[in-house]
Amino acid sequence: MQWEDKGQMSEYNVLIVEDSPTMRQLIAFALKRIRGVRIVEANDGVDGLKKLSSERFDLILTDINMPIMDGLKLVSLVRNDANYRSIPIVVITTEGAQEDRERALALGANDYITKPIQPTKILEVARNLLKIT
Amino acid sequence: MQKDDERLVHNRGEEFLQVFKKGAEFTQDLLRENERLRFRVLELEKPLAAGSEASPAVEVRKLSERIANLETEKQEILNRIKQVEEENQDFAARYLEIEDENNNLANLYIASYQLHSTLDFKEVLQIITEIIINLIGAEEFAIMLLDEKSDEIQAVATEGVEREEIPHVRLGKGVIGNVAASGESYFVDDVDDYQRDFVNPMVCIPLKIKEHVIGVLAIYKLLIQKKEFAPVDYELFTLLAGHAATAIFSSRLYSDSERKLSTIQGFIDLLTK
Repeated sequence: MQWEDKGQMSEYNVLIVEDSPTMRQLIAFALKRIRGVRIVEANDGVDGLKKLSSERFDLILTDINMPIMDGLKLVSLVRNDANYRSIPIVVITTEGAQEDRERALALGANDYITKPIQPTKILEVARNLLKIT
Repeated sequence: MQKDDERLVHNRGEEFLQVFKKGAEFTQDLLRENERLRFRVLELEKPLAAGSEASPAVEVRKLSERIANLETEKQEILNRIKQVEEENQDFAARYLEIEDENNNLANLYIASYQLHSTLDFKEVLQIITEIIINLIGAEEFAIMLLDEKSDEIQAVATEGVEREEIPHVRLGKGVIGNVAASGESYFVDDVDDYQRDFVNPMVCIPLKIKEHVIGVLAIYKLLIQKKEFAPVDYELFTLLAGHAATAIFSSRLYSDSERKLSTIQGFIDLLTK
């Protein structure tokens, strides 16, 4: 698979899949504390898959409730694709019930963060999955 | 007789010889002891002869003083290390506080920026909704506006409940009406004990432009994982009270002027055709 050159310049390429521009900004702001991070935004699952096919990513953060394709479907598709299955995925959602968490983790999400959004928590999880000490 | 005398003299001579030999041995012992003592005296006199070198007792005293000084210095260093460690802990705690504050400010900034990023009324309502869900963590709520002609407050956007379920409220009536009339925020005493009541929400925030109330935010239920309000939530509520009101007011004015412009343009088109 060929990746775009611009993606190769950054140390960490992170994909944020979230339908709310406000939330994308908030998540991006938290992640920008990581040195060398490059952020790509997608509006929904379909847009996310499109962006995934265009360059290499080190981490995906996705919402669950989104139009066109939700976050759980995206997690499932990524985990069943040999090209992307090794990319860590974090689900960020309003769904705080235990069964929602278990479902997302069973589908292959690496971590599960509930809203309201806490930049410190997002940063901690991202650093952990990117193996930044 | 003579023989006896000779033997006696011989024995005396022998005795004398023995005594003389013992005397000689004793004298030699005395000479050796004298030599040994002289050597010892010389040994003991050496440090004194050196002049600057202290006696063992003085040396011991000096070393004891040095040890005591080093012990004091060690204690001072240990105290300083403890003090630095405490300072480090303070710095670490302060760093976390500042980081939290920074994150909260960023949230407030982004929320404010988004609120003023559009003049589309529906979009403004959508952004307010996103902020309430994602930053405050509310599951059921309504954005209500005051109709100044009828003095009625009615929902223009809802989340988690149907808009029709939210009753119209008269200015000054119930929690919503009082908040709109007074311009003061309302928070229920115990979030856990709150039972949903559309006229009496758990939180009611006035949407104000300076002292002019244009509506309220009424919150009925928090997300399952949101157990209580954090200090930053009250700052967000304050921000929403002002910025959301301005954004709503501006977008409504803009929509109205656009609509009027469109109507006038229609008349002009009719007249000029």
